[in-house]
Amino acid sequence: MSHILAAAPSGTNTDSIAVATIFWILAVISVGAALAMILVRRAVHCAIMLAVVMLCLATMYAMQGAPFLAFVQIIVYTGAVLMLFLFVIMLIGISSSDSVVETIKGQRAAAGLAAIGLFVILILGIGHAAIGPAARTTAANNVDNLTGLARLIFTTYVFPFEVTGALLITAAVGAMVLAHRERTTPKPTQRDLAARRLASGHLAPDPSPGVYALHDAADRPALLPDGSTSELSVSQTLAPRDPYEETPPVRPELPASATTEAES
Amino acid sequence: MSPIHYVTLSVILFVIGGVGVLVRRNAIVVFMCIELMLNACNLAFVAFARLHGNLDGQVIAFFVMVVAAAEVVVGLAILMAIFRARRSASVDDANLLKY
Repeated sequence: MSHILAAAPSGTNTDSIAVATIFWILAVISVGAALAMILVRRAVHCAIMLAVVMLCLATMYAMQGAPFLAFVQIIVYTGAVLMLFLFVIMLIGISSSDSVVETIKGQRAAAGLAAIGLFVILILGIGHAAIGPAARTTAANNVDNLTGLARLIFTTYVFPFEVTGALLITAAVGAMVLAHRERTTPKPTQRDLAARRLASGHLAPDPSPGVYALHDAADRPALLPDGSTSELSVSQTLAPRDPYEETPPVRPELPASATTEAES
Repeated sequence: MSPIHYVTLSVILFVIGGVGVLVRRNAIVVFMCIELMLNACNLAFVAFARLHGNLDGQVIAFFVMVVAAAEVVVGLAILMAIFRARRSASVDDANLLKY
């Protein structure tokens, strides 16, 4: 990896066989992961496949003399953006999977045709462009990658850079506005909560989950003294996962010594 | 490796992302496919930067990353708002503006 990064700034690595090998491995992995991304049903698996593609692309940036972009790719994309995706998947429901039903008739076929058309057009365009080999080191990138990028960003591209700052501020404020939920009812005070608890007739706290259950897990309902399970002990958010699929035993098995003692 | 290989790979990834946007119904997955397309564009930008021997393509790729991050933040916030109102993340259910 270190000698790949050392290939910067021109990206012309002397060890071309190693670079070619790494490229083909990464290309196969990234295309396979991208295909898996549009084929898997679950959103979480999709996010993991996207992470694989992004890591492959980060390595390719490093191979092409862009170590700064490689690290930005890992930190910003794989670190921040993908974490954001996973947070939203967690909020919306980890089991949210796509429906297989085609809502618009013939949409899949049309999409496939459009994709083939787009692919052919793009490949033809690239074929006509006559892309030659990579340029040798020029004066523009004779300095190291980071210094060259900083010089460009703060001289030629300083206005787009400022606009980027405005965009980020706007996006942050917009996200806060969209995520903010207006409170329609007054916030219950501690006195209200105490009154509600008294009125419910259930003064004691809810039983904790997993107590005397088969498994000591948060999604296992507690066993009541009469052997039944208590639905109160399981969190409401865990309810859709069906905590009763493994029914706990009616009464925990007592060890043999305990039964003999009880009999004597 | 010649830049043409990288550009071809970026075309393939871009087309796969486009198919995902067209075919998938879950809004989060559609967003992820858009991210895949942006990443493919970035790969092409970096390849062209190396082709021309200057750093402008890398700067543009950097800007694309920033814009993508902003887009994801706002897009996911919209998604959360829709999910809160309609209890669904499917793009078919968000048809309030239809007709």
